[in-house]
Amino acid sequence: MSEIAQLSPGPRQRHGSSIGQPLTRADGRLKVTGEAIYAADNHPDGLLHAVIVPAKIARGRVVSLDLDAARAHQGVVEIMTPENRPPLAMDPFEKSNPLMFRMHLLSDATVRYAGEPVAVVIAETLEAAKEGAALLAPRYEAETPEVTLDAAAYTPETVGPGQPAEAAKGDVDAGFAAAAQVIEAVYETPPQYHNAMEPHAVVARFDGDSLFLDMPTQGLAMSRMRLAGLFGLTPDNIHIRSPFLGGGFGSKGAVSSPEALGILAAKLTGRPVKLVLAREEMFGPVGHRGQTRQTLRLGLDAAGALTALTHHTRASTSRFDEFIEPSSGVGQSLYKVPALHTAHEGVRLDIGTPSFMRAPGEASGSIALESAIDEAAFAAGMDPLAFRLENYAEVEPISGKPFSSKALKQCYTKAAERFGWAGRPLRSRQMRDEAGRLLGWGMGTAIFPALMFQGNARAVIRRDGTGVMEAGAHDMGQGAWTALAQIAADSLGLTIETLDFRSGTSDLPDAGIAGGSTHTATAGNAIHRAGTAAIDKLTALAVNDESSPLFGAGNVGVVASEGRLTRRDDETASESFADILTRAGLEEIAADGQAAADPSAQEAYAMHAHGAVFAEVAVDPELGQIRVTRLIGAFAAGRVINPRMVESQYLGGMIWGLSFALHEKAVHDRRSGRIVNANFAEYRVPVNADIQGLEAILVPEEDPHVNPLGIKGVGEIGITGTAAAIANAIFHATGKRVRSFPIGLAEVL
Amino acid sequence: MNRFVCLRPTSVAEAVAAASEPGSAYLAAGTNLLDLMKGGVARPARLVDVTHLPGLGAIETLSDGAMRIGALVKNSTLAYDAAFSARFPAVAEALLSGASAQLRNAATVGGNLLQRTRCPYFYDTASACNKRAPGSGCDAIGGANEGHAVLGFSDHCIATHPSDFCVALTALGAIVEIEGEGGRRDVPITDFYRLPGDTPEKETVLSPGEMVVAMRLPADSTAFSANQRYLKVRERTSYAFAVVSAAAALRLEDGRIAEARLALGGVAAKPWRAEEAEARLAGRHANRAAFEEAADLTFAAAKPSGDNSYKITLGRRLVTRALLLAAAGTPDHLPALPASPFAETPAGVLPEGVAHV
Repeated sequence: MSEIAQLSPGPRQRHGSSIGQPLTRADGRLKVTGEAIYAADNHPDGLLHAVIVPAKIARGRVVSLDLDAARAHQGVVEIMTPENRPPLAMDPFEKSNPLMFRMHLLSDATVRYAGEPVAVVIAETLEAAKEGAALLAPRYEAETPEVTLDAAAYTPETVGPGQPAEAAKGDVDAGFAAAAQVIEAVYETPPQYHNAMEPHAVVARFDGDSLFLDMPTQGLAMSRMRLAGLFGLTPDNIHIRSPFLGGGFGSKGAVSSPEALGILAAKLTGRPVKLVLAREEMFGPVGHRGQTRQTLRLGLDAAGALTALTHHTRASTSRFDEFIEPSSGVGQSLYKVPALHTAHEGVRLDIGTPSFMRAPGEASGSIALESAIDEAAFAAGMDPLAFRLENYAEVEPISGKPFSSKALKQCYTKAAERFGWAGRPLRSRQMRDEAGRLLGWGMGTAIFPALMFQGNARAVIRRDGTGVMEAGAHDMGQGAWTALAQIAADSLGLTIETLDFRSGTSDLPDAGIAGGSTHTATAGNAIHRAGTAAIDKLTALAVNDESSPLFGAGNVGVVASEGRLTRRDDETASESFADILTRAGLEEIAADGQAAADPSAQEAYAMHAHGAVFAEVAVDPELGQIRVTRLIGAFAAGRVINPRMVESQYLGGMIWGLSFALHEKAVHDRRSGRIVNANFAEYRVPVNADIQGLEAILVPEEDPHVNPLGIKGVGEIGITGTAAAIANAIFHATGKRVRSFPIGLAEVL
Repeated sequence: MNRFVCLRPTSVAEAVAAASEPGSAYLAAGTNLLDLMKGGVARPARLVDVTHLPGLGAIETLSDGAMRIGALVKNSTLAYDAAFSARFPAVAEALLSGASAQLRNAATVGGNLLQRTRCPYFYDTASACNKRAPGSGCDAIGGANEGHAVLGFSDHCIATHPSDFCVALTALGAIVEIEGEGGRRDVPITDFYRLPGDTPEKETVLSPGEMVVAMRLPADSTAFSANQRYLKVRERTSYAFAVVSAAAALRLEDGRIAEARLALGGVAAKPWRAEEAEARLAGRHANRAAFEEAADLTFAAAKPSGDNSYKITLGRRLVTRALLLAAAGTPDHLPALPASPFAETPAGVLPEGVAHV
């Protein structure tokens, strides 16, 4: 992994600690010069190329494959089908935890969704593999698929990653009975597919009992455990390199069937194999955000205070596994309400299993909840911000717990001021731009839970005064190489230039999954603990050594900074790390650190990041074309490690929110079940010209409870709030309340 | 891989001879054809690479004021040619509203004329498509067809032509210069494309081997330069095909319309020239009432081919707007968002007070 050693140290000017500095990306130069090595860039000797053969029906079975024609094609080496797929050490259908997904790895001829791999063609070149796949020409017995939410529903035991499907507080019936008016509305969100710039890819090579993988993953340790189980290997014998991910968004957390098939292809052929998904192959086997139909009911008293809130979600899942988009959860924590009820139901469809997609549940749920809140404010004749302040929750509604910190009011104030919200007309269709286009202003509240996984790190202080921090963390583009190194440098009392930060491989300590907006909190606190522990050991050496200027400083303590320990009460009493280790005759000292959520703090507090997003849209009054002209968000998420990276996360999240509101939608052909827009021309995401004014404000927030560093997550919250803010602005501009997303011009014509 | 022959002839005559063999396809920039080949939608046995042919890359002004554009001129080169964009600003605007900068820098004028539909069922080889596999049927009918045709479609095909450039060319009466084994011939662009009928696979009047070598904008089409616009509604601000688009050009004399030209994109299997509406506008005052009448006439025969009746409503309004924009005058500079409803819009073009949306 020599490429990682060339990470650039960023700007040299720093003021005090590394934490809080807006360092540029350590991997930025490598990426803009094309030198960053992504998984699919690897070409071990003897490499074969594999392609999956995606099913062209959504339900039924494969009745024939033209193996002879495919095999006869020059360059085709092997064709993997249910007949010759190498045995696995465990059934890929087994599922022992909610972060695992059931896989069909060529187990039989059944087809369960369009795009399911029905064979793998392995060849000397990619071209030969593709042509072999075409020649295979599967024939099917097709049954009529079900791809809409109109099919029969059932009640799941859990939703999302094992959350309760239902939650309640207070007497909802009494709340509605006491209401002066009740708002009820149904919102629909479409299936959306992860489309990271980097598709799923694996380069797999067996060497005896060892398996070497280049594979982008958001969970190195989790992937290793899953593959160890499938292939009957000890985890230590699986070596995964994932230095950079070209985006993951949740779909690269669990190992999905294409990667497992690529590894099986290497096993079958005894040669290294590369398998990279084509763009259209991303639509099926690697997860997606399931479609939802959400029913919101809000009771209001005469003053506009909520008396009851129900949020019921119907969401899709596959026929063979379960992941229910947990959309109703978002209402449990946001507004003061004496009675609430949230519930989910599932619908089994002939689709690939939905999974985690950036802000799973929160994104789809908040677009419905925040639209409904806007409808309620309008019905109450109140300004949408005043309405939200009237219903501001000082304790978490569902649990009654205080918040560990909540600077949402500051977010409202700062974003509203910056936007110029004051004086917004209550009625719709009141504003026009100079050319006569309809203008509208809308807002939404953003919320995302502050979660943590368990993570580990290992710190080393070397005799030459430099340090090493090892953490098997994941840079998905969000800036982990940079922000985690900043934490590491501070924890070791080093400048970032004298720290060797090692990450991105499975041979390093498990730093936790990069998901759930937890990575900086999880890996960062583990790193902090490892570094602090190493400094403690170094301090013990110095303060107990009569020849050290720090001798006897144990009681007053020392400060580690820029490679030196200094008495807390006397700046002149100081010694370098190098001198301490040299005199002690040690090459290095090392320490491990571990971090996880503190159960007692979790018991005592509700923990969430918050934000407020304000949107302005322009709508052509005749042609219906919509453009978001301004988006301003303010977010409070605890301590900010690197404001440049955090701002990027907010901006990226807000752009995704815009995409949710106006663009993204996978379209199924109802007859065949196939997705008809599985490409970047027709599966629309915003382009640069769609983003006009975009601004994220970082609202300071100190949280003494979430974790020692006070970090909440920033990766997903930007979507929440934004999507509804845009929908609400469209209502304000046009007077049309569109409740089916994305909102296209046909809906407002 | 699928083996095919790739020939690189050195003259047009050689190219035509080579491409007259069955199973041949001309290759220019390949911005469309290579995608089709990768997807198994097109599987030509031989490619005739025309990119190195001499004499096809010029933008010329002829003695009568007409302009002649070689088939290998790049879209971006033509759009930014000062002499061309001064005479035909709506064509330049149409060119710059299509695809992305990278594609426009590669794509050629000749290739643009021959680009294939974006109908998803044409691209999906598992679907029935009479255009891709004649006689197999049309899965777009009864399928996901919000973007499909509302004019000129048949029971065999409801696809639309995706080009922006060709819509503006159609409004202005461009002539396509074709060379084949039988020699050279000129075909007006309005006769160049066929409607699907029962042979949707036959999209143009080209015979096997015939090659588009140039297109000409005749001298009389230069009379519209002061009042012409291209307007394109799409589902995002850039890099999207038209939901509906229109090219409108007017020759005004004392506030009256001496002559009007109007063509639409995204509504039919070919760029749709609205000749009846043009005739209705002749002699009328250039105002909203006249334009709305023309718009109604343009869509008088329109009907939905599926879940797309909104395109008829939208198309009427778009035609009215495009004509209003043309009447307001060609802008001094190409807008930063070419052809977009969000481009700078002169006062008075958008309706005050009550609006449709």
